[in-house]
Amino acid sequence: MGSDRFKTNTIAMGIALCFIVIWEMGVKLMDVPVFILPPPSDIALTALVKAPVIWPHALTTLAEIVMGICLALATAVPLAIFMFANPGLERGVTPFLVASQAVPVFALAPLLVVWFGYGMGSKVFIAWIIIFFPIAVTLLSGLKSCDREFRVLFSLMGASFFQKLRLLYWPWALPEFFSGLRVGVTVATIGAIIGEWVGSQKGLGYLMIQSNARLQTELVFAAILWLTAMGLGLWILVGYIEKKVIRWK
Amino acid sequence: MLEVIGAAKSFGSRTIFSNFTLKVEPGEFKVLVGPSGCGKSTLFDGLTGVAALDRGQITWKGKELAHLRNHAAYMQQKDLLLPWFTLMENSLLPAITGRKKQDKTLARQRAASLFHSMGLKDFEAHYPAQVSGGMRQRCALVRTLMFERELILLDEPLSALDAITRRELHSLLLMLQSEFNQTILMITHDIEEALILGDRICLLSSCPMGVIEEFTPKSPQPRAFDTPELIDIRVRALDRLRSLNSIGPIGATCNPKNSKITDDGGVIINGI
Repeated sequence: MGSDRFKTNTIAMGIALCFIVIWEMGVKLMDVPVFILPPPSDIALTALVKAPVIWPHALTTLAEIVMGICLALATAVPLAIFMFANPGLERGVTPFLVASQAVPVFALAPLLVVWFGYGMGSKVFIAWIIIFFPIAVTLLSGLKSCDREFRVLFSLMGASFFQKLRLLYWPWALPEFFSGLRVGVTVATIGAIIGEWVGSQKGLGYLMIQSNARLQTELVFAAILWLTAMGLGLWILVGYIEKKVIRWK
Repeated sequence: MLEVIGAAKSFGSRTIFSNFTLKVEPGEFKVLVGPSGCGKSTLFDGLTGVAALDRGQITWKGKELAHLRNHAAYMQQKDLLLPWFTLMENSLLPAITGRKKQDKTLARQRAASLFHSMGLKDFEAHYPAQVSGGMRQRCALVRTLMFERELILLDEPLSALDAITRRELHSLLLMLQSEFNQTILMITHDIEEALILGDRICLLSSCPMGVIEEFTPKSPQPRAFDTPELIDIRVRALDRLRSLNSIGPIGATCNPKNSKITDDGGVIINGI
């Protein structure tokens, strides 16, 4: 098992390294201007050297993402439980949930900026729209996947709905819930960045737009690198929490 | 005392049982033996209120009831232990759920005593994934006893276990019955198991299910299976099933067309 993991990690790192080497050499051999495509070494250097500039923007974006996640958890979890407890509600709400995902966030972003202003509110809201769906849908699916035999057992014990929820359904649904949360935190960065592109005064999206306008392409890539690191960090954090919570797996 | 009179259940045009009648005396260990798929579990679903019977009367201690949910503990074939709880936490579930919650300290003491009786003394803090199938089933039995009901319904609780573990659990079941004076109604498709455990053994037909013969072994417990009396009952039971051409299977699948009894009393199913 351990050697399998080592093999997988080595392959993944090998692919990434090949990509970076080809990029670096290609850009230098073809003499591509830095404002078109900077080499990875320049990007890495900028990401480090310009860290004091990038850091406050990254912090703003991270705050928007974390608030979006918290808001999504605070709304998606109760909604999924309500829908589970009341199938009629599920039938009524599902079309709206699906519709919320069918509307492109880009189309809504300018309106949300008008409604919620240039501050963090509009970005948090966009992140919430994106994260809400995977959390609600996976949690509902997890709750519904509980085996009939266990439901029968709890009915025979005379357990109330809340007892069943606490002791049976919620732990049962946790693996699926965490899968949804992992997807949610990864795509949450997209929501925050879209909001910042449309209208903001701070954040990595704002930094990208500003740097792009000044042809500071290496700073655009450095911001993307920070954003990727943030997304990856959140993904790893959720994985860590999942491992701590779901001890029985 | 439990009485089931004229119970009926159908699924569409398929009649599972149409006029099923059964009587279980207090403190009795009654075993229903019948082919797999004959409707034994459906009967238990009806008794426990999991699925409503089409008609029929269920009487417990002279009182007519819609189901036995509040009077019987039910143990199924699978151990149904929750993997996120330890064995002790699993066994305490009947005590901490429902309207009539038991005193937690007393319940824990009772569970600890049952763990001791079942040979699980040092495994209270283990998770189900950390113990063997037999131990999980014993824990499920502790949980069933923690319901603190006078009647225990056992739906093939040992059929997924290996022969040695089954023997161990047979002894435990008999010990429980004698120690706690429980009334037990068990279903199985294993006639040997029925003969070892049952005070009374009801032989069931299938399609529709009904009691075709009742046996009362005289040998005292614990019984050895190879006594002349039990061998005689086994042969008679198999003969009875053969005469009805409803042998599906004492020990296997239920399709009379695919199964037959050999001269030495064995069962051949699907040519195997």
